[in-house]
Amino acid sequence: MGAKAENGVKPPPLAPSSFPFPFLRTLKLKTKQQELLIRVSALALIYVLAFAVRLFSVLRYESMIHEFDPYFNYRTTLFLTKNGFYEFWNWFDAESWYPLGRIIGGTLFPGLMVTAALIYRALRFLTFAIHIREVCVLTAPFFASNTTLVAYFFGKEIWDAGAGLAAAALIAICPGYISRSVAGSYDNEGVAIFALLLTFYFFVKAVNTGSLAWGLASAFGYFYMVSAWGGYVFIINLVPLYVLVLLITGRYSMRLYVAYNCMYILGMLLAMQIRFVGFQHVQSGEHMAAMGVFFLMQVFYFVDWVKYILHDPKLFHSFLRITLTCSISVGALALGIGMATGYISPWTGRFYSLLDPTYAKDHIPIIASVSEHQPTAWSSFMFDFHILLFLFPAGLYFCFKRLSDATIFIVMYGLTSMYFAGVMVRLILVATPAVCLISAVAVSATIKNLTRLIRTKSKASQTGSSKGTSSLKASAKASLDQALPFQRNAAIALLAGAFYLLSRYAIHCTWVTSEAYSSPSIVLAARGAHGGRVIFDDYREAYFWLRQNTSPDAKVMSWWDYGYQITAMGNRTVIVDNNTWNNTHIATVGRAMSSYEDEAYEIMQSLDVDYVLVVFGGVTGYSSDDINKFLWMVRIGGGVFPVIKEPDYLVNGEYRVDKGAAPKMLNCLMYKLCYYRFGELTTEYGKPTGYDRARGVEIGNKNVKLEYLEEAFTTSNWIVRIYKVKPPKNRW
Amino acid sequence: MDRRTLVLLFLLLVSSSLGSSSSSSPDIRVLSAERRIDLTSSIVRVFLTLKVENVGASQASDVLLAFPPTDAEHLAILKASTAEGKRKKKIYVPLSVNPTELPDTPNGAHLFSISLRNPLKTGEAAVLEVLYIITHCLEPFPAEISQSETQFVYYHDSAMLLSPYHVMEQITYIKTPSNKVESYTRVDPTNRAGTELRYGLYHDLPPFSYSPIIVHFENNNPFAVVEELVREVEISHWGNLQVREYYKLKHAGARHKGVFSRVEYQSRPSISGVSSFKHLLARLPPRVHSVYYRDEIGNISSSHLRIGSQKSELEIEPRYPLFGGWKATFVIGYGLPLQDFLFKSPDGKHYLNFSFGCPLLETVVDELTIKVVLPEGSKNPSSAVPFPVNQQLETTYAYLDVVGRTTMVLKKRNIVPEHNIPFQVYYDFNPIFMLAEPLMLVSAVFLFFVACIAYLHIDLSIRKS
Repeated sequence: MGAKAENGVKPPPLAPSSFPFPFLRTLKLKTKQQELLIRVSALALIYVLAFAVRLFSVLRYESMIHEFDPYFNYRTTLFLTKNGFYEFWNWFDAESWYPLGRIIGGTLFPGLMVTAALIYRALRFLTFAIHIREVCVLTAPFFASNTTLVAYFFGKEIWDAGAGLAAAALIAICPGYISRSVAGSYDNEGVAIFALLLTFYFFVKAVNTGSLAWGLASAFGYFYMVSAWGGYVFIINLVPLYVLVLLITGRYSMRLYVAYNCMYILGMLLAMQIRFVGFQHVQSGEHMAAMGVFFLMQVFYFVDWVKYILHDPKLFHSFLRITLTCSISVGALALGIGMATGYISPWTGRFYSLLDPTYAKDHIPIIASVSEHQPTAWSSFMFDFHILLFLFPAGLYFCFKRLSDATIFIVMYGLTSMYFAGVMVRLILVATPAVCLISAVAVSATIKNLTRLIRTKSKASQTGSSKGTSSLKASAKASLDQALPFQRNAAIALLAGAFYLLSRYAIHCTWVTSEAYSSPSIVLAARGAHGGRVIFDDYREAYFWLRQNTSPDAKVMSWWDYGYQITAMGNRTVIVDNNTWNNTHIATVGRAMSSYEDEAYEIMQSLDVDYVLVVFGGVTGYSSDDINKFLWMVRIGGGVFPVIKEPDYLVNGEYRVDKGAAPKMLNCLMYKLCYYRFGELTTEYGKPTGYDRARGVEIGNKNVKLEYLEEAFTTSNWIVRIYKVKPPKNRW
Repeated sequence: MDRRTLVLLFLLLVSSSLGSSSSSSPDIRVLSAERRIDLTSSIVRVFLTLKVENVGASQASDVLLAFPPTDAEHLAILKASTAEGKRKKKIYVPLSVNPTELPDTPNGAHLFSISLRNPLKTGEAAVLEVLYIITHCLEPFPAEISQSETQFVYYHDSAMLLSPYHVMEQITYIKTPSNKVESYTRVDPTNRAGTELRYGLYHDLPPFSYSPIIVHFENNNPFAVVEELVREVEISHWGNLQVREYYKLKHAGARHKGVFSRVEYQSRPSISGVSSFKHLLARLPPRVHSVYYRDEIGNISSSHLRIGSQKSELEIEPRYPLFGGWKATFVIGYGLPLQDFLFKSPDGKHYLNFSFGCPLLETVVDELTIKVVLPEGSKNPSSAVPFPVNQQLETTYAYLDVVGRTTMVLKKRNIVPEHNIPFQVYYDFNPIFMLAEPLMLVSAVFLFFVACIAYLHIDLSIRKS
């Protein structure tokens, strides 16, 4: 599938008059029309391809929502379509963060939900009677398809139409992007990458043309981005940085002035309409760079104007000195006062952890505990970018060779985002469009050069044989060609090599998508003993049991990873969920899980907990279970409550669950709940009872007794275990 | 329960006070009555053979049956038939049964009258076969059991047949699912042998005699009750009949109490959770295709389909085993070839011939709604159902519907497997309407291309550059 459309792209889009397709000649099209036809059909194929390659999960499993966060998005979208926008905007959700609740309307980016709801309404209006779930599942692939179009226009803007087509084709199947936009991965990033690229494209277009209309368009693109994803901070910092670089390199122009001012002012005003963002554009430290550059721009303009009026360079220099010192000191003073009075908030932890990768590890365990916030391994760069990793530097070379406002932008975008991608795994996503665009420049420029070599050679030989009197230029070229005897063959070989690389890329992308990025993670699949596929559907089994067989106001305590899923699928109130806004609350749950049962019981009583849910992989060998996450609970709990100490759970710095485990570990609530009655079970032939297959050890405490809780439900493969908290004992 | 006993006692009092006073229908008496009560599943089936004789002066065209109010409330089906012909040519002819009221029935007793085909002349006798099915009348006791216990239920009835007539001779057989009978009321002569309990023979009983009995026995059959079932049958004249069934299933037996231990359930299936059930069997029509089984949160991967030429069987397994009081909701959908179910009547109308009731075996449905979605543009819908149902018309919208589809909605309460008999929905349909939706799509695509051509050929710029 991947290779097919690749082939559709690869013919150089600037079609020569002697195009190899005979049917096009019979149509008697002009060269330009031929080119348009080929380009449009290639784009259409890429559009379909980008959508189709993301459907692996639907075909292999079913049309369902994946992972964790998407379940929250799905639930809110459901609410939005049922109750309308105003109800959604004012929604106070009492079903999560019990007993605090959460103001949903004010703490989420509504872009994704509104988009899905609008698509749903539009389809309903066109009498397509589909379920909102289908819309949600297919939103990400749809926007990925749209991103390819934007990538085409962007590539066209920074280089040429060939680079645009190559960029569209590369981004359509790039694993770095697919990982966040397969069908069912209904998350903010799905639409945000589209919005990000759209904003950048409009901005570059505005800078190139100096048109107010494009500036306005980029402001609206920015607004959409702000409404969709917190990653908009990247835009509001990259654009000023870019402007600053242009100012420093002396590329200041009226076009830049118009583009930036229009985009910044309007974008800021529009962004303030999003409640979650509010006045951050004027109050938060992360947005101050943009404001500073905005003022700098005015100063620049003013200075430019004074320079135009004053003809005396000496006078102008002293004026420049005074203005610069004044403006810088005023700016620094304003920033200092703002910071000191607390009007301008300091940088958040997430922002710090981007600038200093070790920050989160030392200060904020809750950020460090998420696997997608870890620094990126080399292998995942290779996995997600494949040949783009080599094409990227080549593309940078071409960009530097033909430096313009647009290429400077893409170079800066590429370099900064590559840095961020190195800091956090999930930010590979942000780097992907830049890497694809820059690589596309490399691909397009290389192929174009090579084909030109091949063609000029053949033409030169043709002209040389047929016409004795060739022009001076052609003969000069021919003589140059003759100086390099194997040039044509080398070019053909290189071209073949490029095609080979690109087809490897297509194969790799398809393979990665199908193997690594298309599993919903709610349903686990494994190979059975006879080679057949075995499905572990335990999560949904447990959530559906909660939904059907517990009282509607029951409160469920679990580790925060499962919060969104429990509220969305189980329809029950949770104590903490994936929106980790209150660290203390999460730490309380972590503390309960790592305390002894009686201490935990008090905490659970104070939180009105009715059920406790744990995820346990000991029977199936599922390794991302709560026992393996347990140290993070201890760390997060211990970060707020010093009674919980990490060394208590370790033996010589080693984490173990077998006989040699620490006594506190063997008797804490999490251990008991996971291994309750597990000691009676034989999990693997030839192993003693109570053999934990996820960790490959025989458990240390086989005789777990529960006093304050009782087993309420355990799924068929033991992956999810739910316990009921007993009511307090009568005093008499 | 107390109220129930009170009512029964009251009935008893009334009946004894009435004595043999010839009040209700003096001119008929029951020569012999034999009741066979089948308690082996969660549904109670009673086969009653009555031999009635007209002892009055005038002809009798109706025979009355009486039920205590609690039974009448849960009465799902009441069918009567009479045998005609001799020996080998014997055929059973169904008789019509209608609820009636008499001014002087003792408290709350509900009467049904069976209309005889040929009125009984004086001195003539006739044999009537009556089948009635009662749901929700097995009361679990203890009402809550733990995982390791088995389920015991109470069955309440009367030792004598409640009848407005004199009964000369009467006997009752009760069949229990196993020989584990905890206790039963003795009304001599009473006899128990294996799984069968016998009450009787009783002689010469006055009208409305009543003697309450309670049988307490083990019944581990799945007490599967569908609290609400909505069946949507969508007709497409392009050749497909799409059926969607929305179930709200509940285990209506003794409530599960305390822990659910998976290790017990897995390792000792014979003694742990014996009253729970893991799967149900649905009998679908033959040639069924594209079957799915899912719920609000997605596909349920545990189901097996066996397609045969006579019938298809779908074994569905809810996500978790159902213990007493646990619930599960799910949807089953399937497609069927239209020619098996849609026919043309002699007067040119189309009619759908489809089975009423619930495809799940041995399951009670408390409330059944059948929605027959007729194709867009059909007119004059009417239905023919062999028993009384509520019906109304709705409009539903599916893909590409503009005016909406006429939908015939049929509702009935208290459905048992015996209700799985065909019903018909008649309507007028002009086949030209089949083309409406394809034409809409074609014209939409056509308009899109026209718009593209127009856009490429029209210059909308104000200033010529």
